[in-house]
Amino acid sequence: MKAVWPHLPALQVVIPLIGALLAGFMRRGTTAFALALVVSWLMPVIAVCMLWQVLSSGTISYHLGGWEPPWGIEYRVDALNGFVLVLVSVVGAVIMPFARRSVAFEIAAPQRAWFYCMYLLCLTGLLGIAITGDAFNAFVFLEISSLSTYVLIALGPDRRALVAAFQYLIMGTIGATFYVIGVGLLYLLTGTLNMADMAVRLAEAWPGQSPAVIAALTFVTVGVSLKLALFPLHAWLPNAYAYAPSWATAFLAATATKVAIYLLIRFLFSVFGASIDVRALPLSDILMALSVAAMFIASTVAVFERNVKRMLAYSSVAQIGYITLGIALANQAGLTGGLVHIVNHALMKAALFLAVGAVFYRACPMNLTDLAGIGRRMPLTMTAFTIAGFGLVGTPGTSGFISKWYLAIGAIERGWWPLVIAIMASSLLALLYVGRVLEVAWLRKPSPAIADASDPPLSMLLPLLVLALATIYFGIDTEWTAGMASTVAKALLGGVR
Amino acid sequence: MTAPSAETLVLLAVLVPFIGAVIIPLCHAVPNLREAVTLATAGILFAIVCALLTPVLGGARPEAHIINVTPGLALAFKAEPLGMLFALVASSLWIVNSIYSIGYMRANDEPRQTGFYVCFAVAIGSAIGIALSKNLFTLFLFYEALTLSTYPLVIHKGNEEAIRAGRLYLVLLLGTSLVLFLPALIGTYALAGTLDFTPGGILGGKVGAGIIALLLAMFVFGIGKAAVMPFHFWLPAAMVAPTPVSALLHAVAVVKAGVFSILKVVVMIFGVEALSAAGQSLWLTLAAGTTIIAASLVALRQDNLKRRLAYSTVSQLSYVILGAAILAPISLIGAAIHIAAHAVSKITLFFAAGSIHTASHLTEVSQLDGIGRRMPWTMGAFAIGAISMIGIPPAVGFVSKWFILSGAMQTGNWIAVAIIIVSTILNAGYFLPIVYRAFFREPHVGKHHDAPAHGEAPWPIVLALTVTAAGTILLFLMPNVPYALATMMMER
Repeated sequence: MKAVWPHLPALQVVIPLIGALLAGFMRRGTTAFALALVVSWLMPVIAVCMLWQVLSSGTISYHLGGWEPPWGIEYRVDALNGFVLVLVSVVGAVIMPFARRSVAFEIAAPQRAWFYCMYLLCLTGLLGIAITGDAFNAFVFLEISSLSTYVLIALGPDRRALVAAFQYLIMGTIGATFYVIGVGLLYLLTGTLNMADMAVRLAEAWPGQSPAVIAALTFVTVGVSLKLALFPLHAWLPNAYAYAPSWATAFLAATATKVAIYLLIRFLFSVFGASIDVRALPLSDILMALSVAAMFIASTVAVFERNVKRMLAYSSVAQIGYITLGIALANQAGLTGGLVHIVNHALMKAALFLAVGAVFYRACPMNLTDLAGIGRRMPLTMTAFTIAGFGLVGTPGTSGFISKWYLAIGAIERGWWPLVIAIMASSLLALLYVGRVLEVAWLRKPSPAIADASDPPLSMLLPLLVLALATIYFGIDTEWTAGMASTVAKALLGGVR
Repeated sequence: MTAPSAETLVLLAVLVPFIGAVIIPLCHAVPNLREAVTLATAGILFAIVCALLTPVLGGARPEAHIINVTPGLALAFKAEPLGMLFALVASSLWIVNSIYSIGYMRANDEPRQTGFYVCFAVAIGSAIGIALSKNLFTLFLFYEALTLSTYPLVIHKGNEEAIRAGRLYLVLLLGTSLVLFLPALIGTYALAGTLDFTPGGILGGKVGAGIIALLLAMFVFGIGKAAVMPFHFWLPAAMVAPTPVSALLHAVAVVKAGVFSILKVVVMIFGVEALSAAGQSLWLTLAAGTTIIAASLVALRQDNLKRRLAYSTVSQLSYVILGAAILAPISLIGAAIHIAAHAVSKITLFFAAGSIHTASHLTEVSQLDGIGRRMPWTMGAFAIGAISMIGIPPAVGFVSKWFILSGAMQTGNWIAVAIIIVSTILNAGYFLPIVYRAFFREPHVGKHHDAPAHGEAPWPIVLALTVTAAGTILLFLMPNVPYALATMMMER
């Protein structure tokens, strides 16, 4: 144990990477699944150990290969990314048991091992982005996660998955290009790629709003915004989520966009925050306007969407709007709201997509009308869907309420009263799109198509119920979500000029 | 075994209905046992509330703190006089309503009865949660829980009309609470730094008159359960539900939760002095007055008995708001008593309407000629409920109206006086013709309807409505407990 302890940051990334490599050589889906399960269950152990270490004795700095930063690559874990690592790894671990049957049902036998290989690679990429303290290394991990995501999406049971993957490939590549141009500019300006070092040098060498720094900030922001599906750069997301395999959608919705949001926060507050006041830039207003637009426009589209997975995908775009709103507010309460919504939204959206996946496993419906009466056939599944759905609406007693509470307080602190009404009015749209599904699922007569559907086996049901219960639990006891987010927000804002 | 402390009782009062809701489905297979559980739960709840009454009347304010959701947002309960009044109304009427439900649901052979009793218990639990909440956040939490738990009851029939009504119910109640109530709550928190209900209010002296007016408007219209126009449509629409549900909505829990919340916000968030100082009386009087008069005018034209009663509820609820708007201590006491008065009278009227429906399947006022001869108990109770609504002694409706009117005269609020007089005439105009038809007109035979030979409804129904009618008279004769609680509410 003593020997392993100092190397936890490296293991967090290396274990899934080796896992992916091994899975690539496997033939049978079940063995690859077993491997993925073991890796996924190991990840939160490592992440929690590191977070504990961070909280008890401060930031962890790990020098990869023994090379001193800023020359070598540094893995740097503080409260912010410790928190993101725990989120990503816990979501992966909780939903993993669901994968076996769902993947076996949706994906042809020869490709199953390949699916798990890609999942592990994606996990490597996401954990890597979160853990690394090196801007270019983050780009590499961004590409690893993106490329594996394209494959995951393309493995979807519908042929339209190929187009969706291609669409995402184009958009994702543009995003990555913007990001790497931004990082290149920063390298020119500072001569370093280490984020912490970059922050120090920017503050020393380029005080004030130098156009070069602003240009770098713009490139990075646009690039990352494409990955996190900030409205109106979200065009890739609905199709990608709708046609990917059910389980992959749940995983990606809960983790991929969240890690991109982390990267945005890291750049805005930790890298640029020390030299320029991000709040004084037009960026803050633009981000605010786009967030509000996302909340309303994407929610409205969701209200009229007939495919349930696409509806949930549009809802994701809207919910990401709440998170970026918190970033744009950039005060203690607002940022806490944004950060806590990263967790809350991840948990409830994973529950919703898993519920849809479970319904697909049992009944193969696609459109809303096919879901008629499914609540009577699959009561537990739809109960979980209902709970998580009310989480999206932000009913008190669910975690969604906590996020909106902090965001609203943040808006008032900034003196933007109308924003409070806007936050709540967009919740009403969420009520409409969630309510539409619930009404069809619980109140319509069951259609003959779903005559013999029933709740899925325990391995699928359990992850779903755990996530749904988490939506309620984190609506009542928020010490680990909002309390943590508040600590992180304080640290982030403390470092800002 | 020692008697549980008052703190434990507060917690138990909230928990007992929820525990009942868990046990009821376990008895799904044995309907008699299932109904016994409902009745036992209701009885235990009533006993607990009564046990709490003594310490509260003695000046104690037992509290139970559950958890701090975030710093500043606590889930906590506290028994104080106004809340005890509402808890008493809800818990006592739950017993009567359960007896009635058993008769009604069985006689009409309603489907999904287990689900019905479960949702009912959850709704009562939520109402008790509202009544005993220590702060606005806890109140809001249970307010939303009440909306969600009554929704399945509203759509109980499961047909297209019920689903449409349910949609309106949910969207209007959740909508107003999310878009107006919650922002007002957040604003209050931001301005006052706390959400605890405090005698004398928490906003006094902290904000200007403009903000007070805005917040008050957001509360009054945002608490959609109080059915202030224009957010009253959900109430008549919800009439599609079975009669025991209508009784729950109109008398036991839902609308009462609405006016209770407004009263509580006026007295313990804003504070009466702060509101008078900010000159908020006039517009609130007019808003309440408009609802009272307009809803009465609509009620005059309804032939469907339950719809007429529904509009009467809309009108009567605004009496409570009017009582609050006058901002005189005596009218606020009247408003608090009116919660109990309206509850017991309106539940009698709904029980009677359901009794008529069960026995004869008649739903329209114009069909009721001579029905008083076949159903003397039912229509006798209806008459008592009606005179209470109009505000004639010896029914309790007179007491509350009297207090509200005295307050209006004391403060020289002549608009309020005029509203009360006009509305009393209108109330008489839509209630007395029903009583007249029932007792003094010849039954017309075979005109629309081959009036089947029928007598009274099943005995549990008749028993329930007799009890509530008796309660309407008894409360007039002995209004001690509600009066004492309402008076204590005004003490600082």
